[in-house]
Amino acid sequence: MRIEAHGLHVHLGRREVLRGLDFVAHAGEMTAVIGPNGAGKTTLLKALAGLVTPSAGTVSLQGCALAGWLPRARARALAYLPQERITHWALSARAVVALGRLPHQPMGASESSADGRAIDAALAAMDISHLAARPVSEMSGGERTRVLIARALAQEPAALLADEPVAGLDPAHQLGLFGHLTALALAGRTVVVALHDLSLAARFCHRIVLMQAGRGVATGAAEEVLTREHLAAVYGIAAHHTRIGGIPVVLVADVLP
Amino acid sequence: MKDISGHLGLAPSYRIALLAAVAALAFILSLLVGPSGIGIEATGEARTLIFNEIRLPRALLGALVGGTLGLAGAALQGYLRNPLAEPSLVGVSGGAALGAVLAIQLGLSHLLALALPIGGLAGAAVAMLAVVALAGAHGGPVTLILAGLAVSSIATALISLALNLSQNPFASVEMVFWMMGSLADRSLLQLWISAPLMLLGCGLLLTLARALDALTLGEDAATSLGIDLNRTRLVVIAGTALSVGAATAVTGIIGFVGLIVPHMLRRLVQHRPGLLLPASLFGGASVLLIADVALRLVQPWVDLRIGVLTALIGAPFFVWLVLKTRAEMAL
Repeated sequence: MRIEAHGLHVHLGRREVLRGLDFVAHAGEMTAVIGPNGAGKTTLLKALAGLVTPSAGTVSLQGCALAGWLPRARARALAYLPQERITHWALSARAVVALGRLPHQPMGASESSADGRAIDAALAAMDISHLAARPVSEMSGGERTRVLIARALAQEPAALLADEPVAGLDPAHQLGLFGHLTALALAGRTVVVALHDLSLAARFCHRIVLMQAGRGVATGAAEEVLTREHLAAVYGIAAHHTRIGGIPVVLVADVLP
Repeated sequence: MKDISGHLGLAPSYRIALLAAVAALAFILSLLVGPSGIGIEATGEARTLIFNEIRLPRALLGALVGGTLGLAGAALQGYLRNPLAEPSLVGVSGGAALGAVLAIQLGLSHLLALALPIGGLAGAAVAMLAVVALAGAHGGPVTLILAGLAVSSIATALISLALNLSQNPFASVEMVFWMMGSLADRSLLQLWISAPLMLLGCGLLLTLARALDALTLGEDAATSLGIDLNRTRLVVIAGTALSVGAATAVTGIIGFVGLIVPHMLRRLVQHRPGLLLPASLFGGASVLLIADVALRLVQPWVDLRIGVLTALIGAPFFVWLVLKTRAEMAL
């Protein structure tokens, strides 16, 4: 499913957070949205998910304006992982993951066998099957993040928007998550992640969108976007883009004066 | 109940069915038990009269009002994602109390027996409109709490004014007693006026299960799961106003049921806010019916009002809740 935005302007209160942004994410690709704090990554993802109303510009899913989608149909097509890892109440991990099935269930229906399979698969994908019965309120931050990612996976969406999905995850689970997201993209899904880890972006993402102050600075493959010049201009850092054992690495050497 | 429930090993739907059975038993108990113990100490026509005019309305009212308070409490706690929320927070019970107090103050209740519940309903309706107008169409939970508090404060101020200005000591006593809340001596007619509104309100609140479940993940995630938050909020306000407004208009203020019942049952339904709705409906009905039976049993010695009893039980519970929350915060 193609996600597109054209000339996107978004105001939060009086502040203009997105200032005429063009964006596209294709099916079968993992797209990274990167940029310094306050660049507008989260707001972009919220606008793509239909959670904030643009003051100008358009967002479309599969060529249809986002506003024209019925909420339930949109929820079956597109899943969104918020940056804040909110879970109220002491629900079990499985009950939280099961919430991802809500858009698929008719009103008042209980869990179908398809729901059960999707939930179990999502739990397994995030390596939390053994924690299924544990209340999320008793989990570590990283475990809770994996539960919430599993919730989005259980939604079985054509497109997944994840805001800083690796924040709080240990290295093994970071790698595991990106392996799974890559597999989803290769299976034809559209995956969009907002990221701070430039090496992960370079290694796993097919396209990178570099943002600064609500605008797109560069879009393309890692080699085109993660250049010394771009990183110096946008982040104010001296960074080396190199390869170790065939794996791309972005090493931040220094903060520029 | 809290400690057994976690280990019952039953699916939540069976546990809710069990609660429904408890409510049904409490209802039967309420029909059977009078001030003189089990049964009715009369025969023939008097017996039928006592059953039809006293026991039946009282049991039905207890079940409906208890269910309403429990359900509305669960709905508000789920919507506001706050275990301390309770039905009076939305301001409608204050409005209903003001309406009823005015009906007494203006002497209407002596001209027409139904003036009291009708005044209560009118007060609840005005309070609901005021809350909706104040909270706006797109506000979040915080604006709803603030709007409810504002309306409650105005109602409380005006009730005090009515008591202050009351020339008639009997009317003052009547107002104070009415506000304590009671199921006693309500007629079938009062029941017929309020029951449809309570049922309609409860029906609305029961539709919130999905939305409240989704709100477990916060407002953004809930919206992304296809939940319309503005509609949800309107249903919360309208459902609470109809059910709690109608209940308060007939019985006066019965506190703490809406706070305690969802709390006690949360573990029983594995903390799922959607399932807590039907559970609290049956739990609330059971609690109020049993409390009312207990009142009747002690009536020969002390004439307690049910609102006073629920407050006496509820206030220490609140203290316990504070201590528990404090302990959890310290972890």
